[in-house]
Amino acid sequence: MEIFWYIVLTTMLAVYVILDGYDFGAGIIHLFFAKTEKDKKAITNAIGPFWDANEVWLIAAGGILFFAFPTLYASSFSGFYLPLIMILWLLIFRAIGLELRGQVHNKMWETIWDKAFGIASLLLALFFGVALGNIVRGVNLGNVVNGVSTQEAHYFFLPLWNPTFSPQTEQLGIIDWFTLFLGVVGVVSLTIHGANWIIFKTNSDLNAKLRKVVFNLNLVLLALVITSLLIWHIIEPKPFSNFTQHPWLWIFPLITLTGLFGLFKVQSFKKDGLGFLFSSLFLFGGLTSTIASIFPKVLPSTNTVNPDLTIYNVAADEYGLSVGVYWFAIAIVLVIIYFTIQYRVFKGKMDDVGYGEH
Amino acid sequence: MLFYDRMQFAFTITFHYLFPQLTMGLSLVIVYFKWKFLRSKIEKYNDAAKFCMKIFALNFAMGVVTGIPMEFQFGTNWAKFSELTGGIIGQTLAMEGMFSFFLESSFLGLFLFGEKLLGQKLHFATGFLVFLGSWASGYLIIATHSWMQHPVGFEILENGKFVLTNFGALFTNIWLWPSYLHNQAASLVTASFVVAAIGAFYLLNNKHNEFGKLFLKTGIVFGLISSLIVAFPTGDWAAKNVVKHQPITFAAMEGVFETEDAGSEIVLIGQPNMVEKKLDNKIAVPNVLSFLTYQKWDAQIKGLNEFDEKDYPTNVPGLYYAYHIMVGLGTIFIGLMLFASVQLFRKKLYKTRWVLWAIMLMLPFPYIANTAGWYTAELGRQPWLVYNLLRTSEGASPTVSSGNTLFTLLGFTGLYLLLGMLFLMLVGKIINKGPELIKH
Repeated sequence: MEIFWYIVLTTMLAVYVILDGYDFGAGIIHLFFAKTEKDKKAITNAIGPFWDANEVWLIAAGGILFFAFPTLYASSFSGFYLPLIMILWLLIFRAIGLELRGQVHNKMWETIWDKAFGIASLLLALFFGVALGNIVRGVNLGNVVNGVSTQEAHYFFLPLWNPTFSPQTEQLGIIDWFTLFLGVVGVVSLTIHGANWIIFKTNSDLNAKLRKVVFNLNLVLLALVITSLLIWHIIEPKPFSNFTQHPWLWIFPLITLTGLFGLFKVQSFKKDGLGFLFSSLFLFGGLTSTIASIFPKVLPSTNTVNPDLTIYNVAADEYGLSVGVYWFAIAIVLVIIYFTIQYRVFKGKMDDVGYGEH
Repeated sequence: MLFYDRMQFAFTITFHYLFPQLTMGLSLVIVYFKWKFLRSKIEKYNDAAKFCMKIFALNFAMGVVTGIPMEFQFGTNWAKFSELTGGIIGQTLAMEGMFSFFLESSFLGLFLFGEKLLGQKLHFATGFLVFLGSWASGYLIIATHSWMQHPVGFEILENGKFVLTNFGALFTNIWLWPSYLHNQAASLVTASFVVAAIGAFYLLNNKHNEFGKLFLKTGIVFGLISSLIVAFPTGDWAAKNVVKHQPITFAAMEGVFETEDAGSEIVLIGQPNMVEKKLDNKIAVPNVLSFLTYQKWDAQIKGLNEFDEKDYPTNVPGLYYAYHIMVGLGTIFIGLMLFASVQLFRKKLYKTRWVLWAIMLMLPFPYIANTAGWYTAELGRQPWLVYNLLRTSEGASPTVSSGNTLFTLLGFTGLYLLLGMLFLMLVGKIINKGPELIKH
């Protein structure tokens, strides 16, 4: 039962990253590349009717985490207290930036909310990358000082950073050079992803330029991926042990590489949706490979005193997990129906949807 | 340590609930307008529906952005509570995400941007699904709330964890339906008063008169029905649950310090004096409380004197005031709506300017009454998180220091102040423009 909910949770998170990821990416494109009012309109039209439903995947995944793995939810949410609350604030700024911009026709008003939307999107992409880095690196469970736990074995608290920015000291911080590196990977890959979505959903004048941006950023991303494989060994001496034990898991890194290399052909794609497909593959593969590499751990311990959190020691009891399968099966079918309807009605190009016009 | 955690939850939930309490009720009003339009094909009803939808959309967006912090805070600030009870309350909270948030958010987009693409019948259907989603959300939240007030279907393991043993019991909880119906009726009170107040505002300013009359009439009819249902039977049911299962809470709510053998009086006004354990400056009507509670004039009601002081609700005066404000305002709402309905029936309403003024100025009070109602429920449960089983002091996050919590509390305060100002500005703009201008 734990494995079932683990797969559900991972899948929902991956869907969230793919869906809200294009919103963040579109926000970053909006911040750096959209110069004219027409470009900006095109971008907000492309994500306007969707961002809200996309964000629900985060809330729903949070709910599933709470219900299926309450100890992990309690431990990680209190331990990552500050960055999580800041993510909430950023999500609020992103939302009001998008929703309020069109409410008043005034240059200054529009500039303020454009920047709020763009900067919040950029920081969210960075923070989600940093979050993944924290999970891979692990935390000081039990807040061990000099070999003695100062908290219960599954609780911890991380400040935003420690003075050395090192991922290998006893007193860790949220932001160190390793997690920050993954944050940069997050920003670059989501920028590519957002650009692909805009190309897919609009006929904007930006599209030709965005194809070039995608190609160039993809080169950067390739370099980052190679670097990350090298530095991964510093954090975890045997990052591929799960893959050598279960060779079928190689499918996830393979998906990542398909996405990554497929995108180099972005300038010759005939169909506008192909780029989006490949960047989705990259994100899905990247996230699942990372999570598969630490399985069954969900939050590794960086000390030798307290054990890792695994799916088995953080899960709810058997009865609750089993009964949840019934309602979840119904719910997920409904969700798929809603999304099919929604994306059918708003299929094709979105230039004329009139989002944000009041 | 606990103080800032409680302040932050109280502040963020109070602010959050200002928005869903309108959207749940308003979604029903929108479905009604849209339905009237489908039946009559009179364009006015469609414009009214779309105008309400603009207000709905703004409130919905506010509800979403202030709602996500609620789900996060169980883990960030109440980690121990989440760890111990997550296997149970996680069920209903996860169901809320899966069943209602997806429904609401998917179809809200379609309702707002899809009228031309969908045609009128399907457009009505999307509106109805938004209504369904928002009411399902309320249902699952109140199911969670009811389990905390009156835990059922569980057992406690040796390590202190609550585990679920009966899923169905979460939904047959005797606390659930009275609270849910009471709350939904109260949400409809807010929506009705807002619609009526906008109507009165238009008529008093002599603009958008046609819509002014429509909004006023609709608001008053919905308002009369809902404010009656809030009091009877739903409020009565909810109170009887409290008498039976939380007698100490009931005593504090009603300000009953001493058990009276000849029957208890109902307190209308008075200030709890916790030092001398009595009410100061009391105005009360003899024996009425006994009658309302047990339908017997001399029925005995347990006073606070019969309980151990460590089990008293943490804030007895706060609980007493919250309850009395709720009940007092609820009574005023019924009175005003009854009178307005009579005037409407006699076709004199649109000319009786003082009633229009009263309806318009009544706008903030349903919000206050709803908030006071929730304070009654929540302060009434204290000092417990799970009634009689888990104390609030045992539920907070063990590793989050009060300095960090104060930091985020200050952040939320500033951010929500900004949100509140923006909201008022924008909602004012929509109302001022009116339904004719807003549709294009």
